[in-house]
Formats: sequence, C-alpha cells, structure tokens
Amino acid sequence: MSLLKVNDMKIHFPIRGGFFRTVVDHIKAVDGISFELEPGETYGLVGESGCGKTTTGRGIIGLNTITGGEVLFEGTDLAKQSRSERRKHVKDIQMIFQDPYSSLNSRKNVLNIIAEPLRNFERMSPGEELKRVQALVDRVGLNPESIYKYPHQFSGGQRQRIGIARALMLNPKLIIADEPVSALDVSVQAQVLNFMQEIQKEFNLTYLFISHDLGVIKHLCDRIGIMYKGRFVEEGTAADVYNNPQHLYTKRLIAAIPEMNPEKRFEKMHLRQAINEEYRTDYDSYFDKDGRMFDLKSVSETHSVAVQ
Amino acid sequence: MANPVLEIKNLRTSFNIKGNYYAAVDDVSLTVHENEVVAIVGESGCGKSALALSIMGLHNLKTTKLEGQVNFKSQNLLSLSASKLNKIRGKDLGMIFQDPMTALNPLATIGRQIEEPMDYHMKLSSAAKKKRTLELLRRVGIKNEQRIYSQYPHELSGGMRQRVVIAIALACDPVLLIADEPTTALDVTIQAQIMDLMKELQNQIKSGIILITHDLGVVAEMADRVAVMYAGEVVEIAEVRELFMNPLHPYTRSLLNSIPSNMEDKKALHVIEGIVPSIQKLDRTGCRFAPRVAWVPEHEHEESPTLHEVEPGHFVRCTCYKNFHFPEEKVGDESYVTTKS
Repeated sequence: MSLLKVNDMKIHFPIRGGFFRTVVDHIKAVDGISFELEPGETYGLVGESGCGKTTTGRGIIGLNTITGGEVLFEGTDLAKQSRSERRKHVKDIQMIFQDPYSSLNSRKNVLNIIAEPLRNFERMSPGEELKRVQALVDRVGLNPESIYKYPHQFSGGQRQRIGIARALMLNPKLIIADEPVSALDVSVQAQVLNFMQEIQKEFNLTYLFISHDLGVIKHLCDRIGIMYKGRFVEEGTAADVYNNPQHLYTKRLIAAIPEMNPEKRFEKMHLRQAINEEYRTDYDSYFDKDGRMFDLKSVSETHSVAVQ
Repeated sequence: MANPVLEIKNLRTSFNIKGNYYAAVDDVSLTVHENEVVAIVGESGCGKSALALSIMGLHNLKTTKLEGQVNFKSQNLLSLSASKLNKIRGKDLGMIFQDPMTALNPLATIGRQIEEPMDYHMKLSSAAKKKRTLELLRRVGIKNEQRIYSQYPHELSGGMRQRVVIAIALACDPVLLIADEPTTALDVTIQAQIMDLMKELQNQIKSGIILITHDLGVVAEMADRVAVMYAGEVVEIAEVRELFMNPLHPYTRSLLNSIPSNMEDKKALHVIEGIVPSIQKLDRTGCRFAPRVAWVPEHEHEESPTLHEVEPGHFVRCTCYKNFHFPEEKVGDESYVTTKS
C-alpha cells in the first residue's frame, strides 16, 4: 500500500468582492492533482513560482484547507477529518521549511525549538526530553552544547539542520520539504542535501521534495511531478522526465537549466529559441477549450503526460 | 586582444567594525576588456558584491576605506569627487541590480525611470528621449513597449522588471556594465531568457561586462573569463573553458563538485568542510582556504600565497593545488572527473 495517495486534490481560494464582500470567484491554486508516494521514496514536485507546488505541500499537512478530493495517508482520508481527528495522524507528517532565517522562532533557544513537537504530542519529564533533544542535535551534526543558543548564533546551513532536527523529533514517516535548500549557498546546499539522503536511510523516511531547482530534483528524486497552473503536466521517473520529456512545458523547463559545458552554450541557446518558438505556436494545443490542462495520460508504465 | 576598459589594481576595500578596519576585498587586481564578460564567482561573504560597489563608488565612505586603483578611461575612480563620479556613473558605468522588485521606484512610470539617466547625461528633447526609451524597451525584448512605457513597476512580472532594469543600465550606452546577480531572483525559464538576452545585447553594444554571481551554471553560459573569489581574494582566474575543463584551485574544484546537476546520479555531493570565516576572524596569513582542506599537509601551502600563472591567462593562488586530491579519491587517480564533458 502506498504511504500517501492524493486523489484529485483541489485547493481553491475565494476572491471576495462586491457590496457584501461575497465570494465572486476562486483562485484555483491546486486544481485536481493526483499522485502516490511509496514508502521510502523521494518524490519531487517541480514548477515555477505560482504553480501551486507549495500549496499542495501545505494542503497535505493541513496548513491550507482542501476544497475537494482525497488525501489518503496510510488509508485514512485526512481531507475529511476534523482538526482533532487529524492530530492522531499528522504526527507522522512533518515539514521542513524554505527559509531557515524566518522559520525558526528567534526568541526561543534550540532546545525549545526542537522540543516543541515533543511537548505537543508526548508527555515526558524535562530530563528525558533533554536527552532526546541532545541525541538528535548530536545526530544532525551540531555541538550538543549549542542547545542553549539562539537561532541568530548559527549559520544558514546549521539553522537548516535545526529545522531538520525539529522535523525528525517525532520519528515521522513522511517529510514534506518545501524548497529546503534554495536559500543556501551551493556548498552549504550540498551539505544539507547529503545529510537529507543520509537520514532518509537511517530513519526510513519518505520525502515529498518541493523545489524549482531542476538540478537538485534530478539529483535527489526517484519520481518527479511537474506542475503548471495548479495541474500536473507530466509525471514519471527521473530518467523519464529528464531524458524523454514529452510535454512542451517540461521541455522548456529542462532547456532552461544552465549548460555546465561552456563549449555548448550556443547550442543550448538555439535549442531554447527553438522550444520557445514552438511554445508560442503550439501553446493552445496543450490546453482544452477552457484553458485547463488535460488529464494525465500514461505513455509508459511509469510515465504519464497531460496531452489530449 | 581588445582594449582594456577597466583596470583594477590592488584594490582593498575595508569596513570599519567597532573601530578596526577589516578588508572584505583584499588586494584584487583584474582587467576587463572591450566586449568581454568577466564573471566573478564565489559564495556569500566572499567580497564579490563589495568589489562591485567599490567600482561604482557606492560604499559609505564614512565606514569604508578604499585603497588601490580602479582605472577607467585613464582616471582613477577612487580618487574622484562625488560630483565627477556622478558624470560617469549611469553614463559610462551601468549597473544591473540583483532584485528587480526593489531596484525600481514604485512611484514612477517605467518610461520615467529609463529617461532619468538620460536627463543627467544627455541633452535630448523629450520627444527624442521617448523615442530612445521605446527603442531600448524593444531591444530588451519587450514587445508592447508603448503600453509598458506608461505603466508602473507593480504591473509587471519579475522577468519584465529585470528587463526594465537592464534597459535603465543601457540607457546612456555604457562602456562597462556591472551585473550583480542579474538572474538570482528569477525563475529558471525567466533566468534562461535573461541570460540569452544579455548574450545578444553583448554582441550589439560591445561593452565590457562584469557579471557577479554565485551560480556556476550562469557563468558557464555567459562568461568569457572567470575570477573565483574566496574570503576577499581572487584564488583563480582563467578563460571559461579552461576553468571548467581544467579547474585547479581546491576551492574551484570543490565548488564544481558540490553542484547537483553536475554530478552522476545519486552520488553524494562534495561538501566543503567548515564555514566561510567572517572578515573579523579571518586569518590573513597563509592560504585562506587551508582550514577547509585540512587533509592537505601544511608544507603544500605557500607562506604568503600569490597568484601563479600556470598556463597563459590561467592564474592560481597558492601552491596547494599541485598535489590536491579529495579525501574520497585515491592519490593519482586520473579517472576522477570534476566536470561532465
């Protein structure tokens, strides 16, 4: 059984207007997406800003209200449950946030930051709590004495480790990582990515990895879903998507990755121009008459594309 | 080789922190030629932006000490008064700022903002100014220039705003363009568009460009020559092909190995141990990268490292590159490749 199954999930935000501030329209941030996560895999969600990838992550963990569809976590539908019912399950889902500078409370020391999930869900004596926190702080590679320090005393990479320690505190099964490395320098990014791969094996974690960086996604993810305007454009294994992109939008995204070989820079530029030309002329044929993306159709066992 | 546009000689930019001056840019020498893109790469805190602001004279002189020479059009920019500098800035020296969301004035129309440098540096009638502005907008790839001309920044998307910022920098035909992280704040597809646009423009305007970035992908796509900076110093300078095919300095090699898209699938990325030292705590004697490659024996480093010309045009600081290898590779293992060809 899959760990997480998202079935036709929709998240719409109301636009209010008019005399009585009635709902006049909706912004369809996420408009009917479905995907599954097998235990132990890393699923990458890619797209440009505003495509709904972050909203999807927030919807699964319950930070955005789901308008329609199902979110089945180990068989129970989180979308239909009340807050108190959800509480039993959300313990197994944790989140790592994008910006390590704003996602840690600057008035709390590391002990209080990391122990917070523990205090929410488990009762234990301060001594026990301290032991658990210290063990984890040690595991994420921070000095055990640093638990009485405050976030501003750490560098960006260290802060992100604190964020990861907080997410690991309750031994979750699923971690939603929302752009965990985009605020970091390349060398620090490498540290955090390597570390995330290490703990994935050690704690048997499943990742939903949200990012706009196709290089990072390619490096880390087993399967990839590409989003555009709240819908899935293409889904498949990393090899399917990178070596054999089918949808025009996917091709455009992949062509936009900077070429690391200076010899080939003009080749790449011409490739991009050709794809942009195609994008201009064929854009309409990739959408139905309401301007909505088509449903995914499978082209191979692992690979599906939104075409007519 | 084409004529040099800008010659930086032994530039040292020091900031006053609690009464002491600490150099953020330490003895940097660099030449930019006509029609050449020189990229300056490094992580945050390596001094690349401080270098750019020193050239433009945008540091607060009360807390900043500038030493050395920045020779531009046979005068030293560092010794010019503010009023003389203002005759050069915005005209011969154009700057593209990082964040198009904050670089534009939210209260002025796009047309007004592009015309502003022309008011200072060119004597044009308002009709001529408008004509020039519309042409500039077309050149940076904006199609409905008539409409954009009278719009405000908040009405435009990030990519469009960055195009406007570029148009402002180009307004008075600069001889030298300084682009400080021009694509960092943008989405990948928009980044690709802006990179292609800058490549096209470079062929048209023939000015020198200093490209400041932390993204080696952008460097590989745009630069002609690359200077890698670490802790305020240039550690390696080379032609772009040479740098990517034959990187020598341990820092350059480490950086290239820590990029995910550069590596074989699922292989662990290279991690540079330790952190970039802050400018107050930096040990200014010996090789500055030594603490982060602790496995390299001390005698491999120079006592006071200088830039050595290894091949024509390829300079490397310190001698520690000679026998350098990563801890995970065996000594003499030639099959280890740092870049995918």
